[in-house]
Amino acid sequence: MTVVVARVLDCKGLSCPLPIVKTAQALRTLAAGDLIEVLATDPGSVKDFEAWSKVTGNELVAASQADGVFRFVLKKKG
Amino acid sequence: MTLTETEVTRTIDARGMACPGPLLALIGAIRQGQTGDTIAVLSSDAGSKSDIPAWCAKAKHEIVEVVELSGHARFVVRKTH
Amino acid sequence: MPARVVILGGGVGGTLAANLLRKELGGEANVTVVDSTGMHIYQPGFLYVALDQANALWLARDERTLLRKGVELVVEQATRIDPSRQTVELAHGGTLPYDYLVLATGSRLDRGAVAGYGDTHDFYSFEGALRLREELRRFKGGRILVGVAGIPYKCPPAPVEFVLMLEEYLRKRGIREKSSVTLLSPLGRAFTIESASKLVQPIFDRQGVGLSTFFNVESVDTAKHTVSSLEGETAEYDLLVLVPPHRGAAVIEASGLGDAGGWVPTDRDTLQHKSFERILAIGDATDLPISKSGSTAHFEAPVVASRIASFVRGTAPKTAYGGRVMCFLATGGGRATSLRFDYTHPPVPPKPSRLWHWAKWIFNRAYWVTIPQGRVG
Repeated sequence: MTVVVARVLDCKGLSCPLPIVKTAQALRTLAAGDLIEVLATDPGSVKDFEAWSKVTGNELVAASQADGVFRFVLKKKG
Repeated sequence: MTLTETEVTRTIDARGMACPGPLLALIGAIRQGQTGDTIAVLSSDAGSKSDIPAWCAKAKHEIVEVVELSGHARFVVRKTH
Repeated sequence: MPARVVILGGGVGGTLAANLLRKELGGEANVTVVDSTGMHIYQPGFLYVALDQANALWLARDERTLLRKGVELVVEQATRIDPSRQTVELAHGGTLPYDYLVLATGSRLDRGAVAGYGDTHDFYSFEGALRLREELRRFKGGRILVGVAGIPYKCPPAPVEFVLMLEEYLRKRGIREKSSVTLLSPLGRAFTIESASKLVQPIFDRQGVGLSTFFNVESVDTAKHTVSSLEGETAEYDLLVLVPPHRGAAVIEASGLGDAGGWVPTDRDTLQHKSFERILAIGDATDLPISKSGSTAHFEAPVVASRIASFVRGTAPKTAYGGRVMCFLATGGGRATSLRFDYTHPPVPPKPSRLWHWAKWIFNRAYWVTIPQGRVG
């Protein structure tokens, strides 16, 4: 099933905490309930996004990995 | 006997450079260099005349010579260990 | 045919040089900035994030939003420079030819150069600042040591600012009585500039901040909680915060364009590479024994831009870098002083005051819409 996302953020090659910073900044431009897809290569991003999602209330809808690229889909709270 | 430019391992021209200053430049060069290296630092800062010998004494590196020139001084220090 | 100017690094130096070149030359040059992350980081903010005084989101912006229209941005790692072919190779295989190359690649931290560094804290990186912030939030009291583990390092005021602001932080948290704060200074005094050091020493004394002099950190033992100096001394800590060793960018070292530390041998007036006249350097990347600071890059960038513009037009360059630097030094308690100097004028810092604290505050807030664009001289 294809998920329609409002924005795709390429954070490949960025190290902690830049993927989170870029995601947080991008979410500010989206509406409540919008989905954002983030692609990252930093292995620390798995824990970072899980923790950040809990702290901020922006639900981590999906998390997967393929060929060294992590894919996260988050839903803006509200 | 004064060591000429060609006889030192490295010369740092820190004249007119207030921060981080000639002594820190010297410490950096000593840290980076090999035992036996001679580092020359040019300083226009009056404080270097006491700062540089004070650090060399504590860190146990040898002051080879200090030469007063026009508007600045040239400190030559040997990394002894 | 437009001249090709390639700028490696999208920090304050590279961004400002690119914008000024575009403004000056317009279609006479193709200006390209190559940056490995495409994110511009406001590094003076790390200190505030670590001490829970600023939001991390404030520190980073998309480089594209800071560059003038017409400046090209390539988000890639530059891997090798070939001065004889005048090309820059990129990580994913592309090659950029240049007529003039600006090295604004900054410095990188080299924690591995300190024996036993382990997970010692720093506020010289984004993730270091966040990690230290968490550690300080958990901190219940103890001996805090702040030291310098390599020379050169950027922003000499920062360790002094950090210990004075940390002392204030501990008081606000109600754990000051249970804690001690000591600065391990590589010099025989608290700060590099003697006149400024004389201004802050009474503040250290009044606030009970300790000072160990001539302590150049050589190694750490995180199991024993000790830190040792190359001068032969050892100190014990409960919390250690270090300025990690710095070195030049990997691309400089890989290309053989730097000295033993990876710093570019640079002419102090023309900012040209001492061996390659088409290569100029700005900011941390140079080997000049001046401050590695955003301010230095800020004042160097217009010189580099105008000199390259002269080269492109075939006219004699008229500007030179006179060593100008302007930094703030926060002294805690809502006060700060300012450090202004150049090659011929030593600094005469004013007594710390609220005026300079507010000037620094305004600078911090206004940075994103003024400095990289060249709106403030």
